Amino acid sequence: MTNELTNLGVKAIRDGVASGTFTAREVAEAFNAAVADAASLNAFIVTTPDHALAAADSVDAARARGEALGTMAGVPIGMKDLFATHGVQTTAASHILEGFKPQYESTVSQNLWDAGAGMLGKLNLDQFAMGSSNETSYFGNVISPWKKAGSNAAMSPGGSSGGSSTAVAARIAPAATGTDTGGSIRQPAAFTGICGIKPTYGRCSRWGVVAFASSLDQAGPMARSVEDCAIMLEAMAGFDPKDATSLDLPVPGWEAALSADLRGKKVGIPREYRMDGTDEEILASWEQGKAWLRDAGAEIVDVSLPHTKYALPAYYIVAPAEASSNLARYDGVRYGLRDLPDGAGLQDMYAATREAGLGDEVKRRILMGTYVLSAGFYDAYYTQAQKVRTLVSRDFTEAFAQCDVILAPTTPTASFPLGDKTDDPLAMYLNDVFAVPASLAGLPAMSVPALLNSDGLPLGLQLVGKAFDEQSVLDAGLAIQQRAGFVAKPEKWW
Amino acid sequence: MTESTYRIHGATGEWEVVIGLEVHAQVTSNAKLFSGASTAFGSEPNCNVSLVDAAMPGMLPVPNRECIRQAVRTGMAIEAQINRWSRFDRKNYFYADLPQGYQISQLYHPLVGEGSLTIEADEKAGIPEDKVIGIERIHVEQDAGKLMHDQHPTMSYVDLNRCGVALMEIVSRPDMRSPAEAGAYVRKLRTILRYVGSCDGNMEEGSMRADVNVSVRKPGEEFGTRTETKNVNSVRFVMQVIEYEANRQVELIESGGTVVQETRLFDVASGTTRSMRSKEDAHDYRYFPDPDLLPLELEDSFLDECRASLPELPDAKRARYEVDLGLTEYNARELTAEVETFARFETLLAATAKAIGKAERDVATPVANWSLSVAPGVIKSLGDEADPANATAAAQASILAMADKGEISGGQAKEIYELVLRTGRDPQEIADTEGLKQVSDTGAIEAAIDTIIAANTDKVEEYRSGKDKLFGFFVGQTMKAMQGKANPGVVNELLKDKLG
Repeated sequence: MTNELTNLGVKAIRDGVASGTFTAREVAEAFNAAVADAASLNAFIVTTPDHALAAADSVDAARARGEALGTMAGVPIGMKDLFATHGVQTTAASHILEGFKPQYESTVSQNLWDAGAGMLGKLNLDQFAMGSSNETSYFGNVISPWKKAGSNAAMSPGGSSGGSSTAVAARIAPAATGTDTGGSIRQPAAFTGICGIKPTYGRCSRWGVVAFASSLDQAGPMARSVEDCAIMLEAMAGFDPKDATSLDLPVPGWEAALSADLRGKKVGIPREYRMDGTDEEILASWEQGKAWLRDAGAEIVDVSLPHTKYALPAYYIVAPAEASSNLARYDGVRYGLRDLPDGAGLQDMYAATREAGLGDEVKRRILMGTYVLSAGFYDAYYTQAQKVRTLVSRDFTEAFAQCDVILAPTTPTASFPLGDKTDDPLAMYLNDVFAVPASLAGLPAMSVPALLNSDGLPLGLQLVGKAFDEQSVLDAGLAIQQRAGFVAKPEKWW
Repeated sequence: MTESTYRIHGATGEWEVVIGLEVHAQVTSNAKLFSGASTAFGSEPNCNVSLVDAAMPGMLPVPNRECIRQAVRTGMAIEAQINRWSRFDRKNYFYADLPQGYQISQLYHPLVGEGSLTIEADEKAGIPEDKVIGIERIHVEQDAGKLMHDQHPTMSYVDLNRCGVALMEIVSRPDMRSPAEAGAYVRKLRTILRYVGSCDGNMEEGSMRADVNVSVRKPGEEFGTRTETKNVNSVRFVMQVIEYEANRQVELIESGGTVVQETRLFDVASGTTRSMRSKEDAHDYRYFPDPDLLPLELEDSFLDECRASLPELPDAKRARYEVDLGLTEYNARELTAEVETFARFETLLAATAKAIGKAERDVATPVANWSLSVAPGVIKSLGDEADPANATAAAQASILAMADKGEISGGQAKEIYELVLRTGRDPQEIADTEGLKQVSDTGAIEAAIDTIIAANTDKVEEYRSGKDKLFGFFVGQTMKAMQGKANPGVVNELLKDKLG
C-alpha cells in the first residue's frame, strides 16, 4: 500500500482523499517514511513529518465533517528551502542563515497550506539558488536518483531546485515547490524526468522568498505530470499586495481548461536555439517534440529570436548585480551567522561573517555584481545588459505575432556526474542557455519529460508562452506528455 | 536683482560665498515609506520596526501612497515640475543602521523636478530685495536607523525605529550668497512645508536636517571647490556652518592651501566643522533601479487631488492680507509666518466679523492688532494664571465686538480678557457685572457735565474766550465724575455742544 501511495501524484492523492479511497494521514505517513528512507539522496535540509501529519489530520477531519476540501487537500509536498516557513529553519542552503527560523510564512507556502497541502520538509538547493547542479549548497550535494547506464557515478539533479527535482523523481514527494531565476525549475526538471513550470513573472508572490535576483525570481511547481503542475500552480499563484511586482490578475482555472487538442494553434521553432555543440540526442528530441505537437493538431512554424546569443551574458550581469545588493542584508547584525573576532570592529565583523557564511559561488556572483554596478563600469555592463533584456523581450513579442507557443530543448545536455563542471563556472552557466531568455522576458515556460537518451538519462522539452498565457504552455505540455508516454522512473538504489 | 553684499574680507581681498542646501524633511505620515510600521517619535528603541524595516529574508518594500502624495503636494507648493514617471534606485553601502545594506532613494528619475521659492527682502539681514532661490529637485527616500554608542563598553546598539521613515530630500541650486539668505531659505522652506502639512518642520526632533554645501570665490570668478557639512539641525547652526566654513576656506586658500571636496561634520559645542571623509574615501554607492519596485506612474486623478488639497500658500496669503484685508506689511508678514498664527487669526477674524455684522476687511486691522500685540501681551502678563483653554475665538470676538461698538474701552478690553483667561467667564457678563463698560448714556453724562460747568464758571469763561487747552480739563473732570467709564467720544461731543 505504502509503495502504491508514493507512486501517486497530486491529482490522484487529492481525488483519492476526497473520495475516501485512502486517508490523508495514510498518504502523509507513506511519504514521511519514503523521505526517511532516502536520506542518502540528501534532498532535504530538514524534514518536517509532524507538519505533514498535522495538515493531513486537519484534512481528514474536515472531510469527516463533510466540509469542502481545498485543491491540494491531503497532498504532502516538499518546500524548497528558499521559502520562509514559520518556525521552521529557512537557510537558502547557506551557512549564513543556518538556524534561522522565520517568524513569518511566505505567501506561496501559506497559499499551499490554505489549499490543504502539508509539508514533508525543506528541500536542499544550490546556495541562494545560485547554481545549476546543486553542488553549491552548504548542506552538501543533492544526489539524483538517476544513474547513467553502466555507471555508478552520482549524477547531478540539476539546480538550483535540485532537492525538489530529486524528491519528486525519487517518489519521496508527489510534488515540490521550485523557484526559477534563470532556469532553476526547468533545468532540474529536465535532468530528472519530471515537469516544472515557471509562470509569468508576478504570478506567484515573492514575499517571503529569499531573494536572489528580484526582477527574475519566480516560484513554480515541480511534479510528475502537467495536470499536477496546473493544480499546484493554481494554488500557489495570486495577487499579493505585499509584493509590488505581483500581478493584480485573477488566477485562471488552468486545471479545468487543460486541453491537448492543439488544432488551430501554431508552435514556433526558434532557429537561433540550434547552437553549435548541442547534443545530437537533444536535437533529435526536439524533432520528436515537433512531431508530437503536429500530431496534436498544431502547425509548426519557424520563428526567429535574433538576440538569443546575448541573453546568457546579459543574464550574468543583471542577476549578479541584483544579487550583490539583495545579499547585503546578510551582515551578521540582526540574524543568522555572526563572526566577531576578538577586538573586531564593524567592518571586520562584516568581512569575517560573510567570509565564513557565504559559499564560493555566492561570493563569485556578489563580486561580479558589485563590479558591473561600480562607477565607471555601470553603463558598459548594467545599462547594456538592460538594453539586451529589452531586445530579448522584443524578440519574443515579435515571434509571438506568428505563433502561440514556442518549443525548444530545455537544456543543451542531459544530466552530468557531480563534480564534472565544478571547476569550470562558464561551462556550468551554459547549462541555462535555453532557459535564460524566457526568464529575462518574464514569460511562462515549462519543461516536460520527452524521452531517455542512449545513457538512460531523461531529456526535457521546453515550452515558452506569451505573458499571462500559462494555459497554452500547459496545453502543449499535455499534448507532449500524452504522446511521449514517459513512464521511466529511476530504479531505487538508495 | 541686487546681489548680496556679504563678503569674507581676506588678506587678498573680498571673497564671495556660494551656498547650496540639501534639506532632508521627514514626511508627515502614520506609516513608513515602504512598510506598515509606525513613525511615532520617542517610542522605546526597536518598537516601531516591521519585518521589512529589519530586512528579514524575503521581505519586500511596498510604496506608501500617502508619502508620495505629500512629496507631490510639496513639489506643487514650490511650483515645481512633477514627474509623472519616476523610479526608485538602491544606494548600496554597508552600515549597521542600514539593515538592507542599501537605502531606497531616487537618483536617476526623481519624483519632483525644477522649482523655486522666494525669500523676502530683509534690509537688516542684508537681503535688499526679494530673491528667488532655485530648487533642483525633490526626491523621496528612506531614513536610516540610529546607532547608540553609549549603552555598552565595547558594543554599539542599533535602534531601527527611524529606519525606513520617508524623507524628502529637497535640493537647492547654489543660489545663496550669505548666511542670512541661507537662514531665510530654510525658514521659508519650513513655513511652506508646514503650510502644506507634508513635514512638521520640527528641527529639534530631527524632522528637518540640512546638508550645507559651501564654497568661496572672488566675485565674478568660477565656483570654487565645495565642502558638504552633514546633518545640521537648526537655522542658527546652518548659518554658523556657513560662516565658519567660508572663513576657513578663505584662510586655507590664502595661506597657499586648496579646498578639498569632502564631507564634514559640525561640532555644535565649538561651532566648528571637521573632516569626516574625503572624496577619495567616498563610497561607490552602486546605484541601480530597485528591482523590487515598479516605476511610479502618477495618474491625472491623483495629481488633481494633490493640487486641490493644497492650502493657500504663504506668499499668496500674505498678499491677500495686505490687498484684500488692508493690513500693514508688518502685520501681514507676522500673521502668515506660522501656521498656528494665521489659523488663530483667521478663526478670530471670521468670528469677530460675524459678531459685529461687518465685512472681514472692516474689522481686520483691530483683529490683527489684537492677535499680534494685545492678546499676547495679556497672556504674557498673566503667566501661569492664564488658562489657555479659555482663549477661545468666541470670547475674544465678543470682546472685540464690544470694543467696536464703543461699549468698552481698550483698557477695559484688556481687563475683561484677563478675567476671561483666569476664569473662563463670559466677556459680556464680566463687562456687565464688573462695571467694565463705558457709559454712552447721554443723560448721565449730560448731568455730570452740567454739574461741572456749574462748579467751574470761571474756567468756562476762559475757554469761551479762546483758551482751547482747557477742553482737556473738562474731559478729565467728566471722566473722573463718571469714574472713567464714560465713552470718550460721547463725552467729547456733549462737551463741545454745551461749552459752545
